[in-house]
Amino acid sequence: MSTLILRTVAPALTALMLLFSVFVLLRGHNEPGGGFIGGLIAVSALAIYGIAFGVGAVRRAIRFHPMAIAGAGLLLATLSGFLSIFFGVPFMTGLWVYPVIFDVEVPLSTVMSFDLGVYLVVVGAIISIALALEQEPGPELGGEED
Amino acid sequence: MAADAPALTFIALFLPFLGAVLAPFLTRRLKHNAAWLLALAPLAAFLHFCGFLPEIAAGEAATGGYAWAPSFNLSFSWFLDGLSLTFALLITGIGTLIVVYSGGYMKGHPDQGRFLAFILLFMGAMLGLVVSDSFLMLFVYWELTSLTSFLLIGFDHEREAARRAALQALVVTGAGGLSLLAGLVFLWNITGVTQLSLLVHLDGGLRESPFYLAALLLVLGGAFTKSAQFPFHFWLPNAMEAPTPVSAYLHSATMVKAGVYLLMRLNPVMGATPAWEILLPFFGGITLISGTLLAVRQTDLKLMLAYTTMASLGLLVMLTGFGSAHAVEAAMLYLVAHSLFKGALFMVAGTVDHETGTRDVTRLGGLCAAMPVTFGAALLAALSMGGLPLFFGFLAKEEIYAALWAGNPRAVFFTILALIGNALMFAVAFAVALKPFLGAPVETPKHAHEGPPSLWLGPAVLAALGLLGALFSGIAHRYVSSPMASAVMDDAVTIDITTVPHLGMPLLLSVITVLLGALVYWRLGDARALMARMLENLGPGPDRGFDHFVSDLVRFSVAVTRFIQPGRLEIYITVTFVLLALTLLVPPVVFGELPGMPAWPDGILVQEAAFFLIAVIGIVAVLRARDRLTAIVSLGIQGFAVAVLFLLFGAPDLSFTQFMVETLSVVILALVMTRLRLSPADHRPAGQLFVDATIAAACGIGFTLLLLKSVEAPFDTLLTDFFNAYSKVVAHGANVVNVVIVDFRGTDTLGEIAVVMITGLAVLALIRVRAGRKGDVK
Repeated sequence: MSTLILRTVAPALTALMLLFSVFVLLRGHNEPGGGFIGGLIAVSALAIYGIAFGVGAVRRAIRFHPMAIAGAGLLLATLSGFLSIFFGVPFMTGLWVYPVIFDVEVPLSTVMSFDLGVYLVVVGAIISIALALEQEPGPELGGEED
Repeated sequence: MAADAPALTFIALFLPFLGAVLAPFLTRRLKHNAAWLLALAPLAAFLHFCGFLPEIAAGEAATGGYAWAPSFNLSFSWFLDGLSLTFALLITGIGTLIVVYSGGYMKGHPDQGRFLAFILLFMGAMLGLVVSDSFLMLFVYWELTSLTSFLLIGFDHEREAARRAALQALVVTGAGGLSLLAGLVFLWNITGVTQLSLLVHLDGGLRESPFYLAALLLVLGGAFTKSAQFPFHFWLPNAMEAPTPVSAYLHSATMVKAGVYLLMRLNPVMGATPAWEILLPFFGGITLISGTLLAVRQTDLKLMLAYTTMASLGLLVMLTGFGSAHAVEAAMLYLVAHSLFKGALFMVAGTVDHETGTRDVTRLGGLCAAMPVTFGAALLAALSMGGLPLFFGFLAKEEIYAALWAGNPRAVFFTILALIGNALMFAVAFAVALKPFLGAPVETPKHAHEGPPSLWLGPAVLAALGLLGALFSGIAHRYVSSPMASAVMDDAVTIDITTVPHLGMPLLLSVITVLLGALVYWRLGDARALMARMLENLGPGPDRGFDHFVSDLVRFSVAVTRFIQPGRLEIYITVTFVLLALTLLVPPVVFGELPGMPAWPDGILVQEAAFFLIAVIGIVAVLRARDRLTAIVSLGIQGFAVAVLFLLFGAPDLSFTQFMVETLSVVILALVMTRLRLSPADHRPAGQLFVDATIAAACGIGFTLLLLKSVEAPFDTLLTDFFNAYSKVVAHGANVVNVVIVDFRGTDTLGEIAVVMITGLAVLALIRVRAGRKGDVK
């Protein structure tokens, strides 16, 4: 499946799709989108990259083990929920701050970091399945952890 | 008490746990001397609880605590009356001595710190158990004592016997704990209260309830297993695998009395019914007699004591259930006396074992010159256990006979049981206390000499208390026995028996007991041989039965697992989908809730019809596909078409997700196909194909019917209105779908992403296992 056309287009396409996935993630609170959808788009982007350049390239590109990414996401989401302890409100209560950066009010919230956690879990878990499946079983399996 | 008494009591309850945390560190620093320091924790708690004595003696009860989940009526709360206070004092008082004793007994053991930590952990659990007010707290502490007992019995975890004994104790007492939980739930449902302090003052209603017997049996299941009543007694002798401080503390003075405590606690509300007065004396009596007979049979000091402990517990249960205030008073006296003399004798047995290297009574003798203090303590304790005048055991025995002797046949029967039991216990007491110390010195594995103070302090103090308690019986009764009996009877009771013998039936029975006991002691060898022959004729006991039970259970589980987990994916999937189809189809047909024929919607737009058509074409393509890859891609077409339909009907988020899921499904399914090296085409035989198609069609029809039915019901806009109204205001988000996911129902989402993560891990593991197996074949 790794044709010349795909190889040429894949890096740009993957980059664009990843950017788009983050865009979808962030706009989710007010427009269609969110962590789940964003995560799925990112997985598709990485899948395209994998089809073009192989599993090893994807693993190198994402730097961390996919399950580590998923784990970090779950941790982030959990911590976002627990932050409310320090403010004396129930677990998972959304907390918001509105810092002004370059005269632009940027609303940040635990809801957003929670959604980012969802995004990371979806990306990590699904890409790890896809990569493990795509990888040829054989001697190189030992180096899967790179 | 001072105004901050609740806080102090709370601290006292947690002091042992604090000691447990510190024990390993202190022991590493101070070696065995750490025990002296650690003993301060229970000592402080003991002194704190002593402060309650005047208040409790005046007939008050102290309660306190902190709310935990008030909406469920759950609290961390304690209830101190005569009964629980006496137990608390025994636990912390004997506990202090035991910690000191452990310092000497386990001296030089590499895991001494861990041992002390476990002992203190148990102490905290036991203390919590007896002072618990709320049912749930009682249950939690109850199971915690089982768990810590497991850790302590299995302390020498490298020996198989210790591991087996630990597991056996855990299974028996843990199962009993579950029975107790069920019993407590019954009590709660019948009476509506969740606190012992309220329960014991209840004016009735419990005994008349139709569920009384069920509740009683379940509670007895907990109490009898914990207090080693026949036929659940077998774990107690096996528990002697534990180091001796454990046997002295858990398996004579405290934990095994938890069951008795529970029965005494519930006596005011559950006692005085025919069931209570038949079951308790019956099982208690059997336990008493079998315990003493088995004790005579033994030559191991600890096992002799273990079986007499079992017998004593039987006696206590018998007295508690006998059904008179007098018997309850006797039980109180005996309980305190037993904790003192049995704890002392166990520690003596441990000291003898520690200093000589053996605890086989037939290989010991003439130690009194080498170990005078230990001998003195043993003698005092045995005199109390034998029930001779001037000792607390005497008071208890007089009271027992006075209570049981009423002249009717039932009383005569139980008097005879008590008489035989007491006589045999007398014999065993002196066998333990005299045989190792008197007679000609016998060569022992280690050269015997007196142990360090930590080893004789505990037995000496407990044995001396057995004497002092009787000499100053007025004080003992006023502060301990009478408030305790009053609590169990829920009525003011005064005990005034003194050590001055009164001529009468009880004294005559005492004399007979002593004569009979002395006779057995004199002919102990013959008695032992007789019992050994008798037991051989009886065949295997419940201890063997336990092994059979466990191995049968394992075999049964294996058989069940083989049946429901045959390991073939096809079978799992077939079963899953057949059950799904049945779930979807059977209830609507049985309850006549099939949906009506849906009305044909008017005004279908061209694009809607077009995408519907594409979806149908996709399905047809799946069915007609020659190879699997085509089928997978065609399924994707159907999915995309549905996603577009979602979009057309105004669900962009759903549609968006559906697009991505369809895309990734095609990719992953294709990968799975290549990875599993499936043949490109489907080669199922026609018959199999027909069966699978039927199941698939049934599931599809079932879902269609379900959807049609749900659409039939008028749409309730309550939630929609709520989210539309509050999404922006409360959660600062305009996209209601996402706000629901990450904010309103965020905890659900947290659970879902955890599932996604676990699924990913599981799939990864499965793929690796497969890959590994292939690698092995290569």
